[in-house]
Amino acid sequence: MPGRAARLLLGALFAAFLLFLYGPTITIAILSFQGPDGGLTFPMNGVSTVWFTRLFQPQAVGDLGAAMRRTLALAAMVTACTVVVSLAAGMAFRRRFAGSGALFYLTLASLIVPSILVSLGIGLLFTLMEWEPAWYSSAFGAQLTWTLPFGLLIIFAVFNRFDRSWEEAARDLGATPWQGFRHVVLPIIAPGVVGIALFGFTLSFDEFARTLLTAGSGNTLPLEILGMTTTVTTPVLYALGTVSTALSFLVIGGALLGVRLLRRRRGA
Amino acid sequence: MRPDVELIGVTKRYGATVAVDGLSLLIPGGSYCCLLGPSGCGKTSTLRMIAGHESISAGDILLAGRNVTDLKPAERGTAMMFQSYALFPHLSALENIAFGPRMRGVGKAERLARAREFLRLVQLETMADRLPAQLSGGQQQRVALARALITRPKVLLLDEPLSALDPFLRGQMREELKRLQRELGITFIHVTHGQEEAMALSDLAVVMDHGRIAQAAPPREIFERPASAFVARFIGGHNVLELPQGRFAIRTDRTRLAPAAAGPDLAGPDRAGLNLAGQVTAVEYQGSAVRVVLRAADGQTAEALLPDASFHAAPVAPGEAATLGWSAQDAHALPPA
Repeated sequence: MPGRAARLLLGALFAAFLLFLYGPTITIAILSFQGPDGGLTFPMNGVSTVWFTRLFQPQAVGDLGAAMRRTLALAAMVTACTVVVSLAAGMAFRRRFAGSGALFYLTLASLIVPSILVSLGIGLLFTLMEWEPAWYSSAFGAQLTWTLPFGLLIIFAVFNRFDRSWEEAARDLGATPWQGFRHVVLPIIAPGVVGIALFGFTLSFDEFARTLLTAGSGNTLPLEILGMTTTVTTPVLYALGTVSTALSFLVIGGALLGVRLLRRRRGA
Repeated sequence: MRPDVELIGVTKRYGATVAVDGLSLLIPGGSYCCLLGPSGCGKTSTLRMIAGHESISAGDILLAGRNVTDLKPAERGTAMMFQSYALFPHLSALENIAFGPRMRGVGKAERLARAREFLRLVQLETMADRLPAQLSGGQQQRVALARALITRPKVLLLDEPLSALDPFLRGQMREELKRLQRELGITFIHVTHGQEEAMALSDLAVVMDHGRIAQAAPPREIFERPASAFVARFIGGHNVLELPQGRFAIRTDRTRLAPAAAGPDLAGPDRAGLNLAGQVTAVEYQGSAVRVVLRAADGQTAEALLPDASFHAAPVAPGEAATLGWSAQDAHALPPA
């Protein structure tokens, strides 16, 4: 046990960390309930939900509803793609194949290259090829360069703890390779796969740098927010922050619940 | 046709290293066979090749006269029990056992009923709904056993099945394995590095060394007539000594102790080669017996396992001079090194 002074110090550090982490979010959440005549800063001028209503009405600048729809659709595409490709790559990387090492480092390299350069590069390529950049094409690809390496790293960790004799036992008991994957591998690694989906979703949901120069004419939510911070001067901005935070928590909570249900379920 | 297992020149190479080197062996159907040897001797590779989980570099494996060398594991008529049991962690005990029939397309009601039958065979009826993590090591092993047996194999392959259990359970499971093998009448091939386990269980014990068979025989024959110094040392209970007449294996329980000054009956010149004089280096009390270790002047060590009564009648202590002796019929000649 550390001494009393050390414990106090560690406790204070932890409290400061929590404050730093959640303070701004909580402040924004409070300010989003600002009264109709309130401004962007304290003091609160009454309490209302008027800014949440305004959020879904057309703004003078920007269209949050459309941006939100685009972001959710993009995040869903990125999540699905990340899960499927990571899973397949994880299975492939379990056996050494020619060039597997090089391919792995090549994949990781895209984590190291500055995001804004990736964005610039993809944007330039689309311009050169005279393709129209859009959230569902160029931005989709740009975000995958961010989420796929993460997905790959997670699936490596998952398979690291996977006992190969489970598959051998399945084979021994007459399972085809597909049956072995479907009834043994997949259920055992399911929590890890949910983790990859969560990662993919959250990374895409608030992705900024890689989307900046690849989204084309239709902004995603983070881009829209950036645009609004310079032009919008009402607590609608805060209401937006509160809604998107709540949405993130909802997704994570839903996923955790899913994992718990998976654990509890005993399929026969 | 009896479901014999026959290995013909079976070889396993990993790159340049040879794990199993031209192994030929006939395991009679319905027998309990133990593959025995130190780690790295090729016994597990051999078992995995019989199971079909390891490809065969050269040679053939015949099961009941049928060449199974290139068949899939499930097509061979074998079932394997894995060292770590490899129970599926997301399925209950009952569902684990029902897995084989499920993969073969047996309907749910029927496969669960059959699984229950096998759960009864291993006396775990009350544990049907437990997940593997909620079972003890011994219970997990019984589930693994039932899961393998439900496929009605002609040959059950067991990879170090008792090594994860504590000594008490190990003894219990050993009896149970033997009982099951007798009752089911199928061939068991059991890999172990414990000579005691092999002696207690096997009809045919196969001692392996560096990918080859050092000796394959009933355990009693191996213990009484070890084929080489390696076998004698590995099986235990033997002194391997270089004597003027050559190299011999002498059972430690047939070796007797006489004080250095005991006179001609043990130490006399007519008994050259039937004794070894030296200094006692260790005395170990083992309950019914006492183990005395002696180092001779030429550096050879030998030990005697003495009944406790005869030791206490004439005790020796470490550091004292003593002579070990044995009768000519107990000295088993070994091939020279």
